[in-house]
Amino acid sequence: MTEPAPGTELPSLAIEPISRTTLALFAGASGDHNPIHIDLDVARSAGLDDVFAHGLLSMAYLGRLLTDAFPQQQLRSWKVRFTAITPVHAQPTCTGRIIAVDESGDERLATIDLRVTLADGTETLTGQAVVALD
Amino acid sequence: MALDRSIVGRESPAETLLVTRSRLRAFARATGQADPRYTDVDAAKQAGHRDLPVPPTFLFSIELEAPDPFRELADLGVDLRTVLHGEQEFSYHRMAYAGDELTARSRFTDVYEKKGGALQFLVRETAVTDQDGAPVATLRRTTVIRPLPGAGR
Repeated sequence: MTEPAPGTELPSLAIEPISRTTLALFAGASGDHNPIHIDLDVARSAGLDDVFAHGLLSMAYLGRLLTDAFPQQQLRSWKVRFTAITPVHAQPTCTGRIIAVDESGDERLATIDLRVTLADGTETLTGQAVVALD
Repeated sequence: MALDRSIVGRESPAETLLVTRSRLRAFARATGQADPRYTDVDAAKQAGHRDLPVPPTFLFSIELEAPDPFRELADLGVDLRTVLHGEQEFSYHRMAYAGDELTARSRFTDVYEKKGGALQFLVRETAVTDQDGAPVATLRRTTVIRPLPGAGR
C-alpha cells in the first residue's frame, strides 16, 4: 500500500463461498455453538430455509483485511454493525477505505471505513476501525 | 416478552481461557487465515511477536468457555433461535499471545427496544485481562432479539 491517506483503499479480500464445513469449523474454533448456524433442523424450526453464518465469522474476515494491511498491534479499536445475515454458500468480499488521518498525541491515527458485501450486492457488515500508522 | 431492565448492571461469572497454539491454529483454519504469522511460531517471532498472536476477534471466544454460555439468555426467557448479533466493538490495550491465560468479566450495560417492542436490544460489555491482571481489551456487544419468522401469524 502507498502512504496511507484519506481515500486510500485497502487491498480487498475476497472470500470463497462459505461452506457448511466452514460453519462447523468456526463453531468449534470460536466456541459459538449456537445450533442455528450448524443444524438445519434447528434453522427450520425457527422458520428459516437454511442455516446462516456467524456474524463473528464475517468480522474475523474483516480482521484479516486489517491485519493484511497493518501489523495487528497497530489496531486500536473497531466497531461493526451487522446489517444483514450471511446465508450459507454466500460469498463475502471485505473492503476498507481510509477516510481520515489525524494526529493524536505522538501517533497518527487512520480511520478506516469497513464493509462486507455479498456477491449479490447485499451489504452484511459496516463499520469503522482506528489504526495507528506509526 | 419485554426484557427485565433490572439486569442492567448485573455481572456475569468471570470466564478464563488458557489460549493454546492449537486453538489459534484451529481458529486460523476456520477463518481461512493463511498468513503464517498466525500459525507458525517462527514466522510470528520474525514479525516481532513472542508467540502466535491472538487475532483481533478471538477475544470474543473467552466468555463462550462458560459451561453453558447461552444459559443467561435462556434465564431471561430468550429463545436462542431469535437472537442475532447487532453490533460488536473491540478496543485494544495490549496484544495477547498463545500461552496467555485470559479472563473475561462481563456485565449487561443497557436494554432497549425498537419498533414498538418487536425488536429488543441487549448491550453487554466485557473487560479482558491477562494472567498479570493487565488490561488486554474491552468488548461491547449488542444482541438483537427478534420475533421468530412466522410468530404471531
